[in-house]
Amino acid sequence: MEKIVLPDIKDIHQIEVYLQNGGFTAIKKALSQTPDDIIDQVKKSGLRGRGGAAFSAGLKWSFMPKTTDKPKYLCINGDESEPGSFKDRQIFEFNPHQLIEGILIASYAIGAKVTYIYIRGEYHKWIKLMQKALDDAYAKGFAGNRMKETFGTDFSCDIYIHKGAGAYICGEESSLMNSIEGKRGYPRVKPPFPAQFGLWGCPTTINNIETITNVPAIINKGWEWFSKIGEPRHPGTILYGLSGHVNNPGIYELPSGTLLTDLIYKYGGGVPGNKKILCVIPGGSSMPPLRGDKIEGVKMDAESLKTVGSAIGTGGVMVMDEDTDLVRVLARITKFYYHESCGQCTPCREGTGWMLKILNRIVRGEGSKSDIDLLISVANNIEGNTICALGEAAAWPVKYMVQRFRDYFEARVKDTVELPVANKVHSMRHTAIPVAEIKH
Amino acid sequence: MTDFKFNEDNLQKINGILTKYPVKKPAVMPVLYLAQEQNGFISNDVIKEVADLLEMTPEEVLGVVTFYTMYHQKEMGKYHIQVCTNVSCMLRGGYDLYDKVKEKLGIDNMQVTEDKVFSLEEVECMGSCGTAPMIAVNEDYYENLTKEKVVEILDSLKNKN
Repeated sequence: MEKIVLPDIKDIHQIEVYLQNGGFTAIKKALSQTPDDIIDQVKKSGLRGRGGAAFSAGLKWSFMPKTTDKPKYLCINGDESEPGSFKDRQIFEFNPHQLIEGILIASYAIGAKVTYIYIRGEYHKWIKLMQKALDDAYAKGFAGNRMKETFGTDFSCDIYIHKGAGAYICGEESSLMNSIEGKRGYPRVKPPFPAQFGLWGCPTTINNIETITNVPAIINKGWEWFSKIGEPRHPGTILYGLSGHVNNPGIYELPSGTLLTDLIYKYGGGVPGNKKILCVIPGGSSMPPLRGDKIEGVKMDAESLKTVGSAIGTGGVMVMDEDTDLVRVLARITKFYYHESCGQCTPCREGTGWMLKILNRIVRGEGSKSDIDLLISVANNIEGNTICALGEAAAWPVKYMVQRFRDYFEARVKDTVELPVANKVHSMRHTAIPVAEIKH
Repeated sequence: MTDFKFNEDNLQKINGILTKYPVKKPAVMPVLYLAQEQNGFISNDVIKEVADLLEMTPEEVLGVVTFYTMYHQKEMGKYHIQVCTNVSCMLRGGYDLYDKVKEKLGIDNMQVTEDKVFSLEEVECMGSCGTAPMIAVNEDYYENLTKEKVVEILDSLKNKN
């Protein structure tokens, strides 16, 4: 199977090697066509965003206004902070020039003269590698003003790296723009959408690193070729990140729709000690977890995962064996979202803390049966009631793990509430709904 | 404490940073990184200086400093040890590493050793899920670790000092 994003070519991260292997021919080809042609091809290819929402990349580009007197911007999202996701760093390290070429094509298609690559602050090493690649591209006239000479057209695009500083929320596109603008990374209320009112109020498109790295191949080999790879409704390859209880964790670039069991057993080498799988999170920590006894036949693409009640997210697959303490795992996931909630919306700011308190109580063995329904109730009151998707990201793992592993959670709690515990959390108890009244 | 001023080298770097953006304010994050590197941490004087330089209010700069976890408002150790305990690391022994580092250094989360050589931070996912568990020392990642390897790393840093 041919790899698109991380090809097996030695030293492809070096610009000379990239050029020897057909590098920067796709941008040349793209510049001989109109921007609308490029958008059309990417639309027809079926390329969907790899950052979590799996939205059509071509369609997103087409939202950019054709006539505007404002400058247009492209932002590339390399904030990569979702637990279980570690794919973008592979692109920075092993194929940065294809990313750069993808950026140039996308900028041309939407009419952006400046692109910001937002990279999470902890990725010092990968920021340096990406900056080196950019410097090399500039030196050879493949970026910046000298592009005009290189390709003999009027088009040029400057590419800058903006370094984050440790905030998960900045992976949310409007928060990312606020962060580039030098503000606290608060998500914005939508509408207006970025294509109308983005960076500094100008039309802006935000794409994921992996999404953009696919673009040169689509231009060079044609949208028909791309649309036939993997699952037709979500075509192309996906960088699956395998972590947790597997023998060979790592990034595997495979066609979309690869069987989850193939990923774990054929590529990941199975579970250490041949243990059974208790739980799998298929797309990064915010996606609904699947029971280990229900992963047979599950295909890894946006549409297939929807039918089994989960989502592809960032393709970060976390495997947990039968000896895993799921309550502790869920408490840890919730601690993460509690920590990362930006605090703008009350349901998320308060709700994540409440869920964490309840889960910690269950971890300590002090939870009661009503806590289980209380968790679902709090999660339901966060979901859909916040400005950005962090609300859902915090609510989904709680809601679906508790629902799908109810037997497991019930075995960890007592039937009745102990009075000292009830007193300690009396303010929360006011919100508790008697079990019988909850309808789902 | 004296007023904070950027050194010549950093002032030049700041001029370079400003060319990347249409206005001055977006430079606040990279400029704060430079200040932290020069001063060791973000003091109130740093905040005032950065605000002056970028035509922002000190409150706006403080807002940025407190929003992002990588800016420190107190001096950290020469080696800032960051241990990831998020799920992928946790499943492969992240908390064992964290406990070992705490025991070895005798400090808790966000504390600094008396000799100011080490500080410790329990961090969220660092993107090393496929090479878990991990720690980071300042800017460098150490991956696929065991408790023994962590002790070795801490010992060699201590000796280097």
